[in-house]
Amino acid sequence: MNHNTEKQEYTITVYTENQVGLLNRIAIIFSRRKINVESLNTSPSEVQGIHRFTIVVMESRDVVLKVVRQIEKQVEVLKAYFNTNEEIVWQELALYKVLSEEITEKVKVERLLREFGARAVAIRKDFIVFETTGHREETNKLMKALEPYGLVEFVRSARVAIIKESAGFHEKLKDFEKREPGEEVIENEYLGKRETVFTM
Amino acid sequence: MEQKQLTGSQAVLEACIAEGVSTIFGYPGGAIMPIYDALYDYKEKLSHILVRHEQGGIHAGQGYARSSGKVGVVFATSGPGATNLVTGLADAMIDSTPLVCITGQVFAHLLGTDAFQETDVINITMPVTKWNYQITDAEEIPSVLAKAFYLARSGRPGPVLIDISKNAQLQKFNYEGYTPCQHIRSYRPKPVIRKGYIDEAVSLINNAKKPLVIFGQGVILGKAEKEFKKFIEKSGMPAAWTILGLSALPTDHPQNVGMLGMHGNYGPNVLTNECDVLIAVGMRFDDRVTGRLDKYAKQAKIIHLDIDPSEIDKNVKATVGVWGDCKETLPLLTLGIEQKDRSEWLAVFADYAKQEYEQCIQPEMYPSSEEMTMAEVIRNINEITEGNAIMVTDVGQHQMVTCRYAKFNESRSNVTSGGLGTMGFGLPAAIGAKFGAQDRTVIAVIGDGGFQMTLQELGTIMQTGVDVKIVILNNQFLGMVRQWQDLFHDKRYSFVDIQSPDYIMLAKSYGVAGEKVEHRKDLVAAVQRMLSHKGSFLLEVMVGKENNVFPMVPQGCSVSEIRLK
Repeated sequence: MNHNTEKQEYTITVYTENQVGLLNRIAIIFSRRKINVESLNTSPSEVQGIHRFTIVVMESRDVVLKVVRQIEKQVEVLKAYFNTNEEIVWQELALYKVLSEEITEKVKVERLLREFGARAVAIRKDFIVFETTGHREETNKLMKALEPYGLVEFVRSARVAIIKESAGFHEKLKDFEKREPGEEVIENEYLGKRETVFTM
Repeated sequence: MEQKQLTGSQAVLEACIAEGVSTIFGYPGGAIMPIYDALYDYKEKLSHILVRHEQGGIHAGQGYARSSGKVGVVFATSGPGATNLVTGLADAMIDSTPLVCITGQVFAHLLGTDAFQETDVINITMPVTKWNYQITDAEEIPSVLAKAFYLARSGRPGPVLIDISKNAQLQKFNYEGYTPCQHIRSYRPKPVIRKGYIDEAVSLINNAKKPLVIFGQGVILGKAEKEFKKFIEKSGMPAAWTILGLSALPTDHPQNVGMLGMHGNYGPNVLTNECDVLIAVGMRFDDRVTGRLDKYAKQAKIIHLDIDPSEIDKNVKATVGVWGDCKETLPLLTLGIEQKDRSEWLAVFADYAKQEYEQCIQPEMYPSSEEMTMAEVIRNINEITEGNAIMVTDVGQHQMVTCRYAKFNESRSNVTSGGLGTMGFGLPAAIGAKFGAQDRTVIAVIGDGGFQMTLQELGTIMQTGVDVKIVILNNQFLGMVRQWQDLFHDKRYSFVDIQSPDYIMLAKSYGVAGEKVEHRKDLVAAVQRMLSHKGSFLLEVMVGKENNVFPMVPQGCSVSEIRLK
């Protein structure tokens, strides 16, 4: 099979300004092409004021390359990268809620925690919440293990990923600034001031 | 530093003045009333053209931008005013037309409450704007508008929409003057030129036996017409154009081998699949140009010059992608390429042109039938204007015929809706084009279908007295759809039979002179009367009902399968 047209998981990392509406601008690039976003995370990055999107899609390299260029074309996007799973270190976090009565009666909780590298983050008389981080297979395993004992709720976070080869974005950003020095970008300074804006 | 109290509305108009805007196309309404109120005091400095519909306003803005090379500015109110801009935004987005659209919005405290004439215009227009932004505080106005104008015109141009809530328009703030924007940290208008791919491209061109240059609007947008001419002249390469590239190179330039694509010329289409190096300059390999992609120029090495990196390898994989502004990259290529005589290769094009002339062009331009053809109307216009007019077209058969046959001497003379194919574009765009180039003759060639989509703009002509020559080529059908039904749907003419009002009477009611021509013997004199008439004029020409535009590359076929009949 062709490496360029074969579908596989790609993790797209996007560095952006922190601007209202940008999530939508990025999202419509996928939806316009009928590409399903498997996982999406937004967070601060290593650079203050710069946001970092981590997006996972199941697509071919050809398609991902084009999509990434479209993302990079957006005015408020500084840089976008895409990587295969081999090129990144990634984690997802999962939470599991089980009924205390059931789980303490039937399972050796201590063994369970050790075996799956889980932690108990909340222990109450009526329920317990476990937490694990890892790849999908790992968080799935604990879900399977807990299913017979009345798993009441399960939730998994989006993927967060670090690019192995990347030397970080900070230096690059300084480079951009050095090459094309100019005034500070206009941030939306009214962000978070909804109250005052709305009472005018 | 300048320090005075201004309202947000005044700041909007100050920004327009600082950006050199002379003409604004717009339509007032509730949520933009403060800006219109301020405009009352700026009448001396800013000319505002009251259109009859916001779609007309934005198409006029596009026509203005295309003929003048400046940013078109459009005002509209919130809600329906803003949604009426959407077609024009999509058109400007796909045809890279620089626009700044300003829409009014409800008071910020009413956002999200389904207030009267509230619509989420930012999200509605997101896919069809290069950038958009909502202002709810007047203090943001100078810097955001500076950014808007900068983004609209820099790099690959495009439409920008700024939505301003009514409270921000009314709000007074300390105005500290206007500083144009020259840099945005996260935005690079043009990619850095690398020597490596310039060298590679030069060597490919120097080793080519049969190079073909294909060019698009990038040459015009980059103001690189001279650079382009030097480039093709130095190594004697044939050059063919997309319909948005049309007029960047004069029609009678010996190396201009004609139009690409579905209704383009015979030679450039067939020979795309025979050239050894294909050099694409500022064009994006639209499917109407390439036909079937897996049979497109497979034998050729491809050099693609584009300012937008996302265009390289998007549709056609480039052997060498020359990222950059063609105004800068073309001279670098010209420097390296060798002077060559390629008359043998050009003769191949001439041979195809001869075949096409005999089988298609001659019978269209000088028909023996009793019915008039669209092409002979264009020929008659050419003979009088000598290629000096701006030709504005709508969408359909008449558009293809005009692009094929109209003569052009200078750049920015062809205004048409290319990528989006917006029927109704022609009349308002022609009005805008005239405001953008007041010393030139503007001729709008429009079909009987498209004209009926935006004919309300006759009112704008009436009120402003703008001089636009309108030619309606009336075949009493939605001609292009009928042609497809004829060729591909067993002549099942489904809802293409369209009736027209009495256009001459209609024009008259708007104070526009007009004439209807039904016989060939009256055509020349009528065209002459139209062009010598002072002020706008509407000429309706009844042409053959069932004429088809040929040559044609049927959809799904390769460019070398182009049909002459």
